[in-house]
Amino acid sequence: MDLNKRYTPQTWPDHPETATLEGKNKFVGFWLLLAAETVTFASLFATYLALKDKGPSGMEFTAAGLFELPLVFAMTMILLTSSLTSVYAIYHMKNHNFKAMQAWLGITVLLGLTFLGLEIYEFNHYVHLGFGFTNSAFSSAFYVLVGTHGAHVVFGLSWFIALMLRNAKRGLNMYNAPKFYLAALYWHFIDVVWVFIFTVVYLMGVIG
Amino acid sequence: MAHDTHDIHRSRAEYEFVKRKRATEMRGQLTSFAIMIFLTLIAFTLVAAEFSPYLIVPILLLLAAIQVVLQLYHFMHMGNKGHGMMAFFMFSGMFIAFLTVLAMVTIVWW
Repeated sequence: MDLNKRYTPQTWPDHPETATLEGKNKFVGFWLLLAAETVTFASLFATYLALKDKGPSGMEFTAAGLFELPLVFAMTMILLTSSLTSVYAIYHMKNHNFKAMQAWLGITVLLGLTFLGLEIYEFNHYVHLGFGFTNSAFSSAFYVLVGTHGAHVVFGLSWFIALMLRNAKRGLNMYNAPKFYLAALYWHFIDVVWVFIFTVVYLMGVIG
Repeated sequence: MAHDTHDIHRSRAEYEFVKRKRATEMRGQLTSFAIMIFLTLIAFTLVAAEFSPYLIVPILLLLAAIQVVLQLYHFMHMGNKGHGMMAFFMFSGMFIAFLTVLAMVTIVWW
């Protein structure tokens, strides 16, 4: 069968992401990856919780003194909204509306880049205060946990951009529908991890 | 070969039906989003209001759990048909995740 077979909204399957064997396999493999990622992040959260506010004697930094909620609130709202815009993208993918899907993915990427910009600003601000990676066990645990999440955001954004550019002229077909679907799943997972980061690291950090 | 699929062709009415069904589902997604925003607002407000940590922490964790369930079951469709194995993967992952955090924290804090 021709991979580049053209579809119309009327011939487009209900679940294009799992309509082919390759799509099904990717789907299973990807959820397995997400489950493994859950464990990866759990180990980083556990490390952070164990080392929170710990460091050499005389260390001046504590979570309660360092974190500021307005910035974290903005980042949370932006990432949560980008999760919704990627739902819109997949909604249009299922309706076989390629242009609308690309547009919503574009908005998702812009929101993701804003989130990333704010995170870079935040890290830069902390480093200027003297809270560098090697400052203490606390700082290392913080940067590895939040930084790993940031690296996932970078990867998710690169994934979206690569898919949008690579398929710009191809349109939607059975070859790329699973790819778009999985990239959106990955983006939701990134938001799931962020929910725990803003709760455990920032909100519970500010409480003390 | 790996891309083989059964060809379908819907009548106009069938097509309009699935399209309307999807639009209804999308409205459900918007509702979940509104709830998530609302839960986030409650969480930040509780912390800003400086209640006792013993009161806030369990509520914060509960709010986070509800938000994650919405994200997994609505945005990621984990409860839909054909997702049984996916849910099994995720719950196994979460179980190991829970043990990891529990073990690490109890070793260090006690």
